[in-house]
Amino acid sequence: MQKDKNNLIVYCEYEDGKVADVSLELLTKGRQLATELGVKLEAVVIGDKLAGIEKQLFPYGVDMVYKVEDKRLYPYTSNPHAAVLINLFREIEPQICLMGATCIGRDLGPRVSSCLHSGLTADCTSLVIGDHKDPKTGKEYQNLLYQIRPAFGGNIVATIVNPDCRPQMATVREGVMKKEVFNPNHKGEVVKLDAKKYVKDEDFVVEIIDRHIEKSKINIKNASIIVAGGYGVGSKEGFDMLHELASVLGAEVGATRAAVDAGFTEHARQVGQTGVTVRPKLYIACGISGQIQHIAGMQDSSIIISINNDPNAPINTIADYVITGNYEEIVPKLIKYYKKNSK
Amino acid sequence: MSLNIIVLAKQVPDTRNVGKDAMKEDGTINRAALPAIFNPEDLNALEQALRLKDENPGSTITMLTMGLPRAAEVVREGIFRGADNGIVLTDRLLGGADTLATSYSLAQAVKKIGNYDIVLCGRQAIDGDTAQVGPQIAEKLGIPQVTYAEEILDIKDGKVIVKRRLESGVETVKAPLPCVVTVNGSAAECRPRNAKRVMQYKYAVSPSEKAKLDDKQKAIVEKRPNLNIQEWGAAFVEADPQQIGMAGSPTKVKAIENVVFTAKQSLSLENNDEQIEQLIKELIANHTIG
Repeated sequence: MQKDKNNLIVYCEYEDGKVADVSLELLTKGRQLATELGVKLEAVVIGDKLAGIEKQLFPYGVDMVYKVEDKRLYPYTSNPHAAVLINLFREIEPQICLMGATCIGRDLGPRVSSCLHSGLTADCTSLVIGDHKDPKTGKEYQNLLYQIRPAFGGNIVATIVNPDCRPQMATVREGVMKKEVFNPNHKGEVVKLDAKKYVKDEDFVVEIIDRHIEKSKINIKNASIIVAGGYGVGSKEGFDMLHELASVLGAEVGATRAAVDAGFTEHARQVGQTGVTVRPKLYIACGISGQIQHIAGMQDSSIIISINNDPNAPINTIADYVITGNYEEIVPKLIKYYKKNSK
Repeated sequence: MSLNIIVLAKQVPDTRNVGKDAMKEDGTINRAALPAIFNPEDLNALEQALRLKDENPGSTITMLTMGLPRAAEVVREGIFRGADNGIVLTDRLLGGADTLATSYSLAQAVKKIGNYDIVLCGRQAIDGDTAQVGPQIAEKLGIPQVTYAEEILDIKDGKVIVKRRLESGVETVKAPLPCVVTVNGSAAECRPRNAKRVMQYKYAVSPSEKAKLDDKQKAIVEKRPNLNIQEWGAAFVEADPQQIGMAGSPTKVKAIENVVFTAKQSLSLENNDEQIEQLIKELIANHTIG
């Protein structure tokens, strides 16, 4: 089979019957790439009670949905889902496979790529089609997937290619790609696969004995205003002050990796390459010095205010407003004057 | 029941302050030029191993690392904290490996160790943050994986019960042994070095390290051959040359760039009431807030 005419497939996650945002974001990106390559966009959904799930996928431009249903396939466990993908990919030979860089995608992707001996690049921040010439052999490749990702704690950005092995696999974090409906009336095909042909009883080796999944109450990805704190906030109590400002402004509280690692606030609030990528109208950065890996996750905010003791904090270079001073003095003033001036 | 536990640990460059000079021309990392530390989540994994050993007398913990010869440092660190012995998988042929070639090489070493009940490692290493090596080793060994472990709750009747920390909650799973468990940073912190063990094992060295010692130190090491850290190469673990190093890596680094952000024209404000009120008024007026 001619490799470059093969399709692009997205592994779609769902919970409570709803396809995960990250999967829809990848379908949006996948649609673009598939069109550029002149191939079909496919989606695979593995689980239970999948009736009608394709209706959520087609508007994103999906041409073919593979459904694999078995009640043992939900909730997700590693080996059975890996078995389905491995067997399916051997059959349909996709040239590209995209997955969310979620607890599921980052568990499943490596297992599948190891078995198929295909390359996998984690946490890509950009995916582009391009050509490649091997510097040693001089062999030329056309239309490879450039898998662009930060490395070394975000200090560098690497472009990874996977010249010879297929599928070219990549994971992407939630919020990195934009979710956009391709065509609300787009219709594709549905292919129901017989689960028994793809997964064996012995694949169900790990048993889930208890599961508490809560919808996170924290939703910084879609917040239009974010009040974020860094290590410079200094304590949990300091974050309480940020929460106060956030509640007055109708904002969410975000944080840097250093603040989360120091235990000042929850991991779900982490903004940056290893957290969430955000694009709010307003980003108020308090005590954030501006490590590259943080800036990469918030630089597209419309307006950035930096509040920092250090007038030379790196984040100030990308800020629209810089207030040099202690956030403990400035935040109460913001609260006070907002209350005074808003209706 | 006594357990044979393998802990995988990686010596990683401290990624907090790294420039482009840390990269070689071929796009791989020049590890020799960087300060090296014990990968943080591998320490969380070691703690889980030490707890298993505490609860299951007679268990042994073998540290396994792959890297430059100086990675013997993480093996020794593990031994100072309570591991029993360790192996450094080191060979020029293994250099330039992506996660898949790394996983294959480590899986070969695990097979060479042979008798194991559980393999523990950190969820991911801070130099790459890929979280791929754990699951890929599990696949290469043909055994199950349990990722994102926060706590090993119990191990009995050939099964391990693990609490996993996921994005949106927790899950408790039961997996058959042997299996690979990757441990999250939210798990218990690793206990510190044990002073007695530091005294006992300070001369535990690998052959490469021994070669650099003076005669007096060598004599001390030779008196205690049981303390030595082993060094294994690709041939010793019977690795297929086509599956290791650059040759065995499906992914290639095409380009490396330093990260540069476009600076904006910033407006500097004084920390005074007047200017802060003015800012708030502006933001309200242009409907950013309010």
